[in-house]
Amino acid sequence: MKITHHLDDSTLMSCAAGSQPEALAAVVSSHLAVCPRCRAELREHTLIGEALFDALEPEPVVREAPAVQVRAGDATVRADAAMELPRELVAALEGRFDEIAWRRAAPGVWHFPVTLSEGAKGDLRLLKVSPGTKLPEHGHGGSELTIVLDGAYSDEFGTFRRGDVADLGDDAQHRPIADPKQGCICLAASDAKPRFTGWIARMLQPLAGI
Amino acid sequence: MVQVLESVRANRHPYPVKIPRAMSDLLQKVAQSRDVEAFRKLFELYGPRVKSYMMRQGADPTLAEDLAQETLLTVWRKAQLYSDEKGSATTWIFTIARNLRIDRLRREVAWQPLPENRDEEASDAPDPEEQVTERERRDKVRAVLATLPADQSEVVMLSYVEGLSHSEIAERLGLPLGTVKSRMRLAYQKVKEAVEDIR
Repeated sequence: MKITHHLDDSTLMSCAAGSQPEALAAVVSSHLAVCPRCRAELREHTLIGEALFDALEPEPVVREAPAVQVRAGDATVRADAAMELPRELVAALEGRFDEIAWRRAAPGVWHFPVTLSEGAKGDLRLLKVSPGTKLPEHGHGGSELTIVLDGAYSDEFGTFRRGDVADLGDDAQHRPIADPKQGCICLAASDAKPRFTGWIARMLQPLAGI
Repeated sequence: MVQVLESVRANRHPYPVKIPRAMSDLLQKVAQSRDVEAFRKLFELYGPRVKSYMMRQGADPTLAEDLAQETLLTVWRKAQLYSDEKGSATTWIFTIARNLRIDRLRREVAWQPLPENRDEEASDAPDPEEQVTERERRDKVRAVLATLPADQSEVVMLSYVEGLSHSEIAERLGLPLGTVKSRMRLAYQKVKEAVEDIR
């Protein structure tokens, strides 16, 4: 997989800090799963976290170290093999795009909300756009991320294929067209509180009046 | 926050001096020989720091203490995943604490697994020279953080130490989101340049 569109440094910093809203973290994690370059950058960002963690004024602990035992089975923990999609996403989708209960949003556009944790704000959603469908011009707020999971789309910023992430600034406007042969499946996240608002609604409004 | 910033600025360690190499050795002992004594030492060294981290992220002292216990228990359970070729013990424990914080304090899923879970680049054992570089890098990062302009170090601290998202930082400081992000980018570029210098 050749990745050409990467995560912004500020997005990686928030990821290393563990300060990203869950919906955005899902998209970031999906990109990191397939992008060695961003994984390497993330390690550099983590050095900052380590340095700051190291410099914290220690808070005396009251209790002793927790009791631990050497149990059989402890040694069976092992690293996961490289994944194409984060495990959490595979679990949420049961791994199959073709069996998702897509909801029709507009002509040529379907969506499927991914359930977030109870404490999470924001919105995480799969979008499926049929081959050759042109979406109306729309903008993105600063806290929205989109990754291509299947197919491709093209816009003013280039062609976004599997694994590419759109980490756009506040002022970015674009007019994406889904790949004429494969169409496009994306995972889109926003940290906006109300569900199904933000750019997806803005984008679809002219199409569906929702 | 001010206290931490000051100690970072003064390039001074507010905690008894330790040698990172020894941390990794302790963790290796826990991993390889399930050494309970090494685990106790790790707890003594990291427990207070994890507790401090959790309190800055909004936990009260009791909860912070629970989370410090749980962080170190996770270290014990997952020690086999740790390899000192793949980074320092502190980074590893920081990551565990960070993910636990997301899970318990924010009640969200931590989407980033431990850095070791899929680290294809880390297969070569580090030679002694690289270990020196690792230590140098750590010192360098700390030194650069101490020299960041106040507006940049502020957003970095709010992100890493207080656990605020981009939007929350923008709201807290009354700044446009784009300004928060560009300050982060600038801060990171400085750290990165400094670290690359010693490669």
